[in-house]
Amino acid sequence: MAVAKESPPARTRADETHSVNWGEAIIETLIKAAGISTIFIIALIFFFLLREGIPAFLDIPLRQLFGPRWYPIEGIYGLLPLLVGSLMVTVGAVVIALPLGIITAIYLGEIAPLWLREILKPIIEILAGIPSIVLGFLGWVVLAPLVQNLGAPTGLTAFTGSLILAYMSLPTIISISEDALYAVPKEYRDGALAIGATQWQTIWRVVVPAARSGMVIAIMLGIGRAIGETMAVMMVTGNASNIPPLSPGMFFQPVRTMTATIAAEMGEVAQGTLHYNTLFAIGIVLFVISFAINSVAGRLVGVKGTRRERHGAQL
Amino acid sequence: MRMKFVLSASLVLLCLGLLNGCAGRSAAAAAGSKTGRAIQNKGSDTMVNLALAWAEAYRQVKPDVAIAVTGGGSGTGIAALINGTVDIANASREMKESEIADAQKNGIDPIEHVVAVDALAIIVNQANPVSQLTIDQLSDIFTGRVTNWQDLGGNDEPIILVSRETNSGTHVYFLEEVVRKGDKENKDVFAPQTLLMPSSVGITSEVQRNPRAIGYDGLGYVDPAHEKLIAVAKDGSSPFVQPTVATGADGSYPISRSLYMYTDIDSNSAIDDYLAWIRGPNGQQIVANLGFVPIPKE
Amino acid sequence: MSRQQTHRLAMIVITLVAAIAVIPIVFVIGYVVWNGISAISWAFLTEAPRTGMTEGGIMPAIVGTVILIFGTAIVSMPLSIATAVYLAEYAHDNRLTRYIRLAIVNLAGIPSIVYGLFGLGAFVLFMGFGTSIVAGSLTLGIMTMPVVISTAEEAILGVPQQFRTVSLSLGATRWQTIRYQVLPHALPGILTGLILGLGRAAGETAPILFTVAAFYLPELPGSVFDQTMALPYHLYVIATQVPGMPLSIQYGTALVLLLIVLSLTLTATIVRTQMRRRREW
Repeated sequence: MAVAKESPPARTRADETHSVNWGEAIIETLIKAAGISTIFIIALIFFFLLREGIPAFLDIPLRQLFGPRWYPIEGIYGLLPLLVGSLMVTVGAVVIALPLGIITAIYLGEIAPLWLREILKPIIEILAGIPSIVLGFLGWVVLAPLVQNLGAPTGLTAFTGSLILAYMSLPTIISISEDALYAVPKEYRDGALAIGATQWQTIWRVVVPAARSGMVIAIMLGIGRAIGETMAVMMVTGNASNIPPLSPGMFFQPVRTMTATIAAEMGEVAQGTLHYNTLFAIGIVLFVISFAINSVAGRLVGVKGTRRERHGAQL
Repeated sequence: MRMKFVLSASLVLLCLGLLNGCAGRSAAAAAGSKTGRAIQNKGSDTMVNLALAWAEAYRQVKPDVAIAVTGGGSGTGIAALINGTVDIANASREMKESEIADAQKNGIDPIEHVVAVDALAIIVNQANPVSQLTIDQLSDIFTGRVTNWQDLGGNDEPIILVSRETNSGTHVYFLEEVVRKGDKENKDVFAPQTLLMPSSVGITSEVQRNPRAIGYDGLGYVDPAHEKLIAVAKDGSSPFVQPTVATGADGSYPISRSLYMYTDIDSNSAIDDYLAWIRGPNGQQIVANLGFVPIPKE
Repeated sequence: MSRQQTHRLAMIVITLVAAIAVIPIVFVIGYVVWNGISAISWAFLTEAPRTGMTEGGIMPAIVGTVILIFGTAIVSMPLSIATAVYLAEYAHDNRLTRYIRLAIVNLAGIPSIVYGLFGLGAFVLFMGFGTSIVAGSLTLGIMTMPVVISTAEEAILGVPQQFRTVSLSLGATRWQTIRYQVLPHALPGILTGLILGLGRAAGETAPILFTVAAFYLPELPGSVFDQTMALPYHLYVIATQVPGMPLSIQYGTALVLLLIVLSLTLTATIVRTQMRRRREW
């Protein structure tokens, strides 16, 4: 029986893709797996830190673990001096870097002529790229003797560390503050100037307050960067497990940070000893602190999702 | 496409680099160390320059034996020996009972070799008027019981204490013999504000530039042209003795100690040969050249 | 003080403060160049150190850093680009994606010494690689991921949607579209991020302290399971642990490290500007 012959069905997309479907499916699965990989990696890092660090929390009574003296070769594992050391250096760094960074951002964004901006911005970018060991080296060779000549009993102090850390955090603070200032609508400035305010009054009373939330993020990321720094502080803070007594000169005393402790002592420990476990425990503390800071900062930035927050508190 | 060129060029470079190394590795394999590559020598920072000088000199004697040298402190070297990742551990202190036990648990039986003797010098800044101290005074200083130079006949300045990190054999030796005056029951420790420097060089650097600093260092690291060496007396009635190679050798200087190299009892002949060479006249000449004290003749 | 006077005073103070922020940067670079340039010579760059490292060159450290740069790229690139493709092309706006982004932000913020601990625990000990180029590259590679992921994602998102829609309407599959239309156009942006990340990794000391770095090796590494010397660690060692180390060699080493890191950053910037200029949209 003669059936009206249809032309063969046009090759549809489904037909063509059937042949590549398997390869494609595999690739897409791999991509999806890669997508979750970052979560997996963070979990892995935390897992390994816990694996090696938990014994310290279990074997050392908490009162001793947070005691005032760190002297591992005699079995004294008090973390307090290390926490204080990291805290002092970080607070000092933020106190120096915050005004320095915000004001520089104001200068760049509101005052500097365009040609000057084009020169200064790359210079600040360069600072972000200088390896911490180079800054630490200069701190040891140039800055520490300077601090000593200024009258400190020694050049290796919390202040020296704070100063270097402040400069290392500057690029982050400047760029976040710049973004925040830039985001303030032009109308705010125009309005203020229109009613007769000087440029300074405009900046100080209108623009800066509007950019406040961005600056909070800047503080958090600056703190995160400062707490995590190792080599630069190791070379200039003197590494004394010391809790300086509360006094005006307390920042000119030597201190020992958590990061420097790990770096200085990890090489010497035999695997599985309590000292080894305690160093990993310090790592856990650092991880938790940076996790807390970054999560809060990340949430503050929220939907905006600027590039800055993904670079986080930098390396 | 340009990208493909860059990628393939990089791959080629990487392969060349690896291939280049393969030639080097067969030479290292001939050295026949336990880890299948160069002899791994790690540990005491006091000894690291000595170890480096030995390794370089031995290269002339046996060119196909390669020796990799790392510092890190006596504790680091001993830990590596216990972990089985190093062939020779340098230590400026003896291994503790607990460390030997840990090693044996891992199947490693450490053998101790004395390779040199080191006088421990007490150094202060050239501008410091103080020139002699007893061990009691040193103990008071480093535990923080005395905090101002004027209590020792010096200027009215705070004393800045400079020490090695806790992983240093020198640190441990100083703790036991000077801070605790050799008393096993003594539980004194360094004052908390003691600066802990990563190496012997750190100590001399700080002492050189800080008029208030006092530190301790192996004789091989101090230079009377840059630091002032303190004459030390064992107690109130003994004479004050300057640290020199001679006073270290004849025992009149009260703080001197042996320097050790530890190996596993199962180490191969290349390692044994190296150690024998170190303890022989050529190795010991290098010891003297670097300012350490050669092993006293029995 | 009148408003005008306050304004003028404020302007002066602000400019001064900005100067305090910027001038030391110029000083740092200038100082290192000034003191280090005398040490730089062909011999310095190609010879091995001698005489307890107080003489000779820093070639093994330079080679080691180059090797680690390659290793970091090999580890970081595939995983980071795949993650970026996932985030840009496949991910939905759901909780999982939020967690992934949180993870990336946190990876970026982890202190470098904690990466060193992780590398020690996971690669050196657990996986048994020992202190080796493999362990170091894995550690540095993971550390570089956040930077590469975020730049790659931005580059991919930057490719106009029309490219995708036209490709799909012509019958290509999703993956074919990505592979032939999106990725090639995003490649310069991805490369920018990668090179930027490599520049940071090259200058890092803490992650390589217990995973790969060696004080002195008599010869270059023979395989990826060997240790290697590296510039950041070398600078640390010669600045703090070698007696009689001439200052010029210390500055010279710092200068070489600085040049390598900054030239990588510069390359990334050049790639980015070239890409903007040659963009077809």
